[in-house]
Amino acid sequence: MAKFLLRKILILLITFIGISFVTFLVINISPGKPQDMLEFSSKISYEAKQKLIKLYGLDKPLHIRYLEWFKRFVTFDFGRSFKDEKPVIQKILQRLPATLLLNILSLGLIFFGGCLLGILCAMYQNKFLDKFISFIVFLGYSLPKYWLALLCMLLFGIKLRILPISGLRSINFDYLPLHQQIIDIIKHLILPVIISAFGGLAGLTRYIRGSMIEQLNFEYIKFALSKGCTKNRIVFFHAFRNVLIPVVTILGLSLPDIIGGSFIFETIFAYPGMGRLGYEAIMSRDYPLIMGISVITAILTLLGNFVADILYTYVDPRVRYK
Amino acid sequence: MNIKKLNNSLILGCSMLIFLCIFATLADYIAPYNPYEQNLLQRLQPPSFKHLFGTDELGRDVFSRMVYATRVSLLVGLISVGIATVIGTILGLISGYYGGWVDTLIMRIVDIILCFPTFFLILLVIAFLKPSIYNIMVVIGLTSWPSLTRYVRAEVLKIKTAEYILSAKLAGFSSGKILFVHILPNVLVPVVVTFSLGVGSAILTESGLSFLGLGVQPPEPSWGNILTAGKDYIHIAWWLSLFPGAAIFFTVVAFNLLGEGLRIHFSPKENK
Repeated sequence: MAKFLLRKILILLITFIGISFVTFLVINISPGKPQDMLEFSSKISYEAKQKLIKLYGLDKPLHIRYLEWFKRFVTFDFGRSFKDEKPVIQKILQRLPATLLLNILSLGLIFFGGCLLGILCAMYQNKFLDKFISFIVFLGYSLPKYWLALLCMLLFGIKLRILPISGLRSINFDYLPLHQQIIDIIKHLILPVIISAFGGLAGLTRYIRGSMIEQLNFEYIKFALSKGCTKNRIVFFHAFRNVLIPVVTILGLSLPDIIGGSFIFETIFAYPGMGRLGYEAIMSRDYPLIMGISVITAILTLLGNFVADILYTYVDPRVRYK
Repeated sequence: MNIKKLNNSLILGCSMLIFLCIFATLADYIAPYNPYEQNLLQRLQPPSFKHLFGTDELGRDVFSRMVYATRVSLLVGLISVGIATVIGTILGLISGYYGGWVDTLIMRIVDIILCFPTFFLILLVIAFLKPSIYNIMVVIGLTSWPSLTRYVRAEVLKIKTAEYILSAKLAGFSSGKILFVHILPNVLVPVVVTFSLGVGSAILTESGLSFLGLGVQPPEPSWGNILTAGKDYIHIAWWLSLFPGAAIFFTVVAFNLLGEGLRIHFSPKENK
């Protein structure tokens, strides 16, 4: 087990360095440098500009700058944002909880929704319900999420006026009593969570349907039936257990998509999360902030996958000894 | 080919695509207005017989713009996935056939890319280069090959030990010839299926980028950038959000149906 863990952690490290280096490369070799912005300002003298370039280490070669960045990263020092001089780590930590909340909720919804729909499909294989669910899930997979978001905003926010369409809190949030504050946040979360989960349902539902059907044809199911188990007990207690094992990995692999999607998503809903911060950072060429966000995103996805791997070996001991 | 043997998804997907291709090729004849012509007196008109899908914030005819945008979406989808398919197939063939450290190296790279939210990377690259249709095609192509490499590699591993490959080796054929003449035709099914499904998601990515203002640049029409305007005028002009999104949806469904249909068609288990 220790060897297995060690190998996993090593791969994790290599992947992490790869990702951070690629990001670094992309922002640094592309045309346009941060000091170019200063050209437009007549107030800054040549000397001041040189001083700034030296201060941010922009005069050094690429690999040295990467090494320096890495050295500082190890101590969680991401530098300061170009835009407002606030420490990058502080800006990210401010936004991180909202993003985690959204992503964890939608992962949870994908998990429960996918399992439930998959089991229903398998139980009513080739009947109307199965076809109907498969159809809806297929549509969800092909649907542009931002479009669905716009339509839902139009319907629930503007026409029916039952759900708020942007942000995480109402303007009068601070004046509300606690229980109404919670309700307020829930109301703001309903649309983003449901819509971001909707697209991810397809893969899981499909997988669960397929392997559930496979399981239900095994001999042990016939045995359980003949011993007098009810159908529900067989499905949920016997078959579902065996189906559940790879689900962890599937969820782990869907993480990058969910996190990647949050860049569009948080922008539409004006959701105060890391995705929107990342989009703004990219648009304003805030180098330290871009690096910080890409690294935190990478760490989150890699950790998610790592946890999925560990859980997988935990539930399925066969994998450990490979 | 016996048309009765084709399944419903395949037929439906193909018909939808033919419909789209007609729009894309005959755009000059189908579009009733010039997609770039502005008419501020007619701005934000709701759908009517004169303007089927209404007009946008500059008074341009939305239907005409959408007809031209079909070209952009199909082009971006097909070319970017074409690039990804070539890279993915070749790397998968090499990885599966040669094994050893080459295989390890390629699969590690695949793991790295699959672990990373590629949309962020695409966003980054496009924002730092110039947002243009060519950059988008290349970047989407360069980031979406890994899953195909995995499929192809798995297929090659299955085929590699077959007798006919062994006899080809004994006959003294070069590895290149064995790979491309004997193995490649046998892995084409997953390649074609992944291609079709990939086009759908590439179109989604492109329209997502355009939606964020990083894709096809106005005044050139794209479904994504018409939607962006839709977002800004959502309170007063629902047609600006509804129709372009529906077009993206339609196209992605078409390619996914095609991919799904091809998969069923070629899988012996489900094709009874």
